[in-house]
Amino acid sequence: MKCESCQKEEATIHLTQVIDGTVKKLNLCQVCAQKNGIDLNSPISITDVLLGLGAQMQSTSPSATEFDLSCSRCQMTRTEFKKRARLGCPECYNAFMGELSSLTKAMHHSGQHMGKIPARQGNKTRITAQIAALQKELKASIIKEQYEVAANLRDKIKALKESVQSLENGESNDT
Amino acid sequence: MTLDDMVGRHGSWLEAGTNEGPVISSRIRLARNIEEYSFSDWASEDDKLLIWERASSVFESMEDSFICWGMGETSSLDKEILFERHLISQELAIKEKGCGVFVSPNECLSIMINEEDHIRIQSLQPGLNLKAAWLAADQMDDQLESELTYAFSPKLGYLTSCPSNVGTGMRASVMLHLPGLVLMEEMDPIINGISKIGLAVRGMWGEGTEAAGNMFQISNQITLGRREDEIIDHLEQIVLELIEHENNARIRLMNDRALVIEDHVARAFGVLSNARMVTSSEALNLLSTLRLGLDLDMINQFSRKEIDTLFIAIQPAHLQKLENKDLKPEERDIVRAEMLRNFMDHATENDGSD
Ligand SMILES: [Zn+2]
Ligand SMILES: [Zn+2]
Repeated sequence: MKCESCQKEEATIHLTQVIDGTVKKLNLCQVCAQKNGIDLNSPISITDVLLGLGAQMQSTSPSATEFDLSCSRCQMTRTEFKKRARLGCPECYNAFMGELSSLTKAMHHSGQHMGKIPARQGNKTRITAQIAALQKELKASIIKEQYEVAANLRDKIKALKESVQSLENGESNDT
Repeated sequence: MTLDDMVGRHGSWLEAGTNEGPVISSRIRLARNIEEYSFSDWASEDDKLLIWERASSVFESMEDSFICWGMGETSSLDKEILFERHLISQELAIKEKGCGVFVSPNECLSIMINEEDHIRIQSLQPGLNLKAAWLAADQMDDQLESELTYAFSPKLGYLTSCPSNVGTGMRASVMLHLPGLVLMEEMDPIINGISKIGLAVRGMWGEGTEAAGNMFQISNQITLGRREDEIIDHLEQIVLELIEHENNARIRLMNDRALVIEDHVARAFGVLSNARMVTSSEALNLLSTLRLGLDLDMINQFSRKEIDTLFIAIQPAHLQKLENKDLKPEERDIVRAEMLRNFMDHATENDGSD
C-alpha cells in the first residue's frame, strides 16, 4: 500500500482517526507520519492521534469556526476541546455527544459502561447496567446457538425492564 | 514520616517476591471526578481549592493516617523525589496551590488531587498482583465516594477529563524487566503486536519516557465496555505470555551466547565496582544487566530487591536528597558512581556467604 500523503513511499504507519465525527483510516510512510507530528519512538496514546490530527486538519478548513458548539455549563467550545483533547466538565459529555460517541467507539470499541457503579447512583442505574450486561450475554448465546439459555436471558431482561418501569413510575425509590 | 525518611528506604511495593523473575510491580489507577465542579484544568482557582479542602477532610476522617504534600508548598526537589518514587506524575509536579497528593505510609496507595482529574487513585503492589492492587484501589474509591458525589453516567461510566479514560476510569499496568527480549531484538514486533490488542507499552516512568534499563510498562488502553476484572484478567494473561517469551529468550541466549551474556554481566560488575562517574541512564542499563545475571544464577552477591531499590535510589533527586545539596549533573555522576561502588563493595564482602 502506498502512502496517502506523498503517494510514493510504502505506507508503514496505519492510523485510525476521527474527522467530523466519522472514523477514517490513514496510511502513511515513516517520513510523512513524522511530518504530521507523530513521534514514532514514544508509544502514542490513541487520543493523541485521534484528537491531535483531527485538530490539525480542522484548523486548515475555514468553516470550522462558523458553528462553534459550546457547553452550556462550563462554556468550553468544541474548537477548544479538540485543541486540548480534554473536556471542561461532566456536562460536556452531553454537549459534544455527537463527536464523543464516535470517538469513544473508535477508542474503546464500545459505547456502554459495564464496570463498577458508585453506591450513590441508586437502583435504576444498577438495573440498567444489569440489563446491558445480560443483553451482551444474550447476543453471545444466540451466536453460539444456545437457544434455551437465550430464552432464559430474555425472561430475565424482561423482568428487569419491568422493574425499571415501576421505579420510573415511583421516582422516589431512586434517591 | 518525611521524605528524608523515605529516600533511605524503598516503597514496600518494591518488595518483590522470590519467583517473580521479569516482573517488578503491578499498578491500578482510577480516575474520578466530583460531579459539581469543572474538570481540574478547566476549573477556577477557587473551585480547585474547594476540591482540595473537601478531599483533605475525607482523608482526615479516615482511620489510616496518610501523608500529604500540597504542590504549592512542596520544593521542586521534593516533587522530583515523589515523581522518581512513582507517587506523583510529572503533570502534578508542575502544578501549584490546590493540587497535591496523599500517600499511605507504606507507599502502596497514593491519591493525587487535581491532576488531570479531580481524583486519581493509584495502588501499587510488588510482583504480578493486579487483583490485590485493584482491591486496595476499590476500597479507597468506596471510602472517597461515601463523602463525594462522582460524575457518572449510566452509559459512559465514570466521566473523566479525557474521553480516553471514560467507563471504568481504570488503567491497570505491570512493570516488566525484559532484557532477554531486548537482546534477542524481539521487543519491537512485540510492542507492535501488543498495541493491536488494545494494550500500550511505555517506559519505566510512564507516558513518553523511553524504556531505560529494559523496563517496560504494559497497560490497558480500553476502559469502556469491559468490567474491571475482565480488563485485569486480559492484561494478566498477556503479561504471563510475555514472561514466557522472556524466559524462552533467556534460554535461547544461554544456549547460543552464554559466554557473551557472562561477559556482559562481568563487565557490568566491573564498571559498577570501579567507575568514577556514571550517568543515570548508564547506571540503569548496568543494573539491568546485573539483574539479568542474578536471574540467570551467574552472580549471587545481592538480592533482586536491592537492585530494584537502586533503580530508584540512583535517580537525580534521590541523590541530591541523600547528599543534602544541589548537585550539577557531573557532580551527580560522581556521587552516583560512589554510591554504586559502595554497594558493590558491600555486596562482594558477602560473596559466598550463602
Ligand atoms: Zn509519504
Ligand atoms: Zn462543560
